[in-house]
Amino acid sequence: MGRLLEVEDLRTHFFTRAGVVRAVDGVDFSVEKGKTLGIVGESGCGKSVTALSIMRLLPTPPARIVSGSIRFDGRELTTLSERELEDVRGREVAMVFQDPMTALNPTLTIGTQIIEVLRRHLGLDDRTARRRAAELLDEVGIPRARERLDDYPHQFSGGMRQRVVIAIAIACEPRLLIADEPTTALDVTVQAQVLDLLDDLRREHEMAMILITHNMGVVAESADDVAVMYAGQIVEQAPAHELFRRPEHPYTEALLAALPDLDDNGARSRRLAAIPGRPPDLIDPPQACRFAARCPYAGCGDSCALEPPALRELRPDHRVRTAHPASEREAVTA
Amino acid sequence: MAAYIIRRVVWTVPVVLLVIFMTFTLMKQIEGNPFRKTERAVPAAVQANLERKFNLNKPWYVQYAQYVKGVATGDLGPSLVLRDRTVNDIVEEQFPRSIELGLLAFGWAVLLGVPAGVLAAMRPNSRFDYGSMLFSNVGFALPNFLVATLLIYFVSVKWGMLPTSGWTTWQHKILPSFTLGLVPMAYFARLVRGTMLETLQQDYVRTAKAKGLRRRRVLTVHVLRNSLIPVVTAAAPLLGYIITGSFIVENIFAVPGIGRYYVTAVSARDYSVVMGLTVLLSIIVIAANLVVDILYGILDPRTREART
Repeated sequence: MGRLLEVEDLRTHFFTRAGVVRAVDGVDFSVEKGKTLGIVGESGCGKSVTALSIMRLLPTPPARIVSGSIRFDGRELTTLSERELEDVRGREVAMVFQDPMTALNPTLTIGTQIIEVLRRHLGLDDRTARRRAAELLDEVGIPRARERLDDYPHQFSGGMRQRVVIAIAIACEPRLLIADEPTTALDVTVQAQVLDLLDDLRREHEMAMILITHNMGVVAESADDVAVMYAGQIVEQAPAHELFRRPEHPYTEALLAALPDLDDNGARSRRLAAIPGRPPDLIDPPQACRFAARCPYAGCGDSCALEPPALRELRPDHRVRTAHPASEREAVTA
Repeated sequence: MAAYIIRRVVWTVPVVLLVIFMTFTLMKQIEGNPFRKTERAVPAAVQANLERKFNLNKPWYVQYAQYVKGVATGDLGPSLVLRDRTVNDIVEEQFPRSIELGLLAFGWAVLLGVPAGVLAAMRPNSRFDYGSMLFSNVGFALPNFLVATLLIYFVSVKWGMLPTSGWTTWQHKILPSFTLGLVPMAYFARLVRGTMLETLQQDYVRTAKAKGLRRRRVLTVHVLRNSLIPVVTAAAPLLGYIITGSFIVENIFAVPGIGRYYVTAVSARDYSVVMGLTVLLSIIVIAANLVVDILYGILDPRTREART
C-alpha cells in the first residue's frame, strides 16, 4: 500500500479586512491507499478548510493557499489550473458535504444531478448514464431507485438526501473520498447507517477516505488513522487504536474525557467534562504553543510558553505537538 | 398543473368584477359630469336627455349591472365624450400600439438588464460591476420625460440617427421603447446581480463545482436558473407598470397609444372609456401574474405540489 495523498506544510490563510486569519497553519499528513484518515477537532480548528484546500474549493479571495504542497498520487494539486482541477474533482477526489439539506440543487431532479457527473467524467450517453444512476442509488440504499430518479431533493428525508450526495460522490469511482462532517446534520438514528454505508463503499470500491468530524465516537468507529487538529495545526497523529489507548496530547486527552460514559445501569456516572477556555484567535495566534492557555500542564517558565513545540515522533507513527506528552509527564512526576 | 391553471383563470372573474366595482365607485366620487362643460352651457333638457340615453339617471347599481353585462358580452360601451366612437373602437385601434411599446420596452429590459446583472455578479467589484450599477442607479433616478428629451435632442436632432416621433417604422420604435424600458432594465440588472451573488454562495453550487462540472455548466444550469426565480416573480408587476405607465413616453414621442386616451378620459369624466381601459389593464396584469406563477412552477419544483 502506497501513499495516495500527501499534504506537506499546508498553510491556507484568509485575507480579511480584520486581518489575516491563519485558518490552516502548517498541516502535514498523508492518506494511504484504501485507508481512512479521521481528522478531529472542534469547530473552527481548520478541518473543513483543510478539506476544501485539497479540493481547491475555497473562494479566492479571501482564502489563499500561501504555502505547502498537496500531492495526489504524485501529482501536485496546488499548481493545477482551474480546468485541470475540474478533471480531478469528482473523478479522482470527491467530496461529501455536511448538510444534505442544502448540498443538492433544489430545482433539478436527483437523476439529473447524478447523470451530469457521469456524463462529464465518464462520457456516458444519456441512457447508460441513467441506468448507472439508478444502480448507484440502489447501491447507497435508496428503495425504488429507478422511480426516484425523477424526484426532487425536497421529496427526500435528510438521511436519504445524504445517500444521494454520497451516490454522486462515488459515481465516478474516485480514489479519494473526502467526507466533511457527513453525519453532523443528521438524526442520531441515521448517523450510524450513513457511516456504515460510507465504510462499506470505501471497502468495495477500494477508495481512501478522509473523514472529518468533531465526534470522537465517529472516528473510533471508522478511522484507521487519526489526526487531531487544534487552532489550524495537527497536534497529534496516530493509528486509531493507538490514539484511543494511549493519547499523548493534553488536548486529545481532554477530548476523550469529554465523552459521556455510562455505568452498567445506563445512567451517566458523572457530569460531562468540558475543556476550560476557548481556542485562540487565528488572526493573531500565540507565538508559542497554541494550546498553552488551556493546557493543565503548562507551567510558568516552561519552554512551551516561549517557543512553539514541533510535531515529533514519540513512537513509530505516533506524532505529537506538545512539550508535555502523557508518557513523558508520568516520568517527570514519578 | 392543469387544474391549478383552470382554477386560477376562474378566479380572475371575481377579481375583475371587484376592479370594475372599485373603478366604478371611484369615478362616481369625482365631481363633474361628461356633459357639463364650463365653456358651453348645455340646456337642462338636452342634458337630461343625454343622461337618459347613457343611463346616467338610473341608480348606481343598475348602471353597474348593465356595465358588467356589457363587459361579459365584450361590449365596453360607447364613449360619452367622443361622438361616434365606442370604447371597443378605441381599444382595437390604440391598444395594440401600447402593448407593442410595452413589450418592446420589456424586451430591452430583459435583453440588456439581465446580462448586465449576470456579468456584474460574475466579477463583483470590477469595473464592469461598478459601471453597470452606476448606470442602473442613473436609470432608476432619471424621470422618463428627461431621458426622452435628452435622447431626442442628441440621437434624433443633433446626430440625426433616429426619427424624433411617431410610430410607423422600426426606427421610430427604438427611442420610445428604450426610454420606457430603462427603469425595468435598471431594476433587472440590480436584482439579477443580487440574486446571482446570493446563489453563488449556495452549498449546491459548491457541490456542483466539487463534481468537476465545467464552469459554464455550473453557471448556467446551477446558478442562473436559480437566480432567475426572484426575477420572474418581479417581472409580472413590472410588465403591468410598463404597459400602464407609458403615458408620458407616448405623449413625448407622439405614439398614438392608449395612454393619451386614458388621461384625457379621466379629466373629461368619460366614464365608459376609463372603465373599459381599467378593466383591460387589470386583465393584463392578472394574466401576467398567472404566466409568472406558471413559469415559477416550472423553475422551482418545490412550489408545484402545493398547487395541484
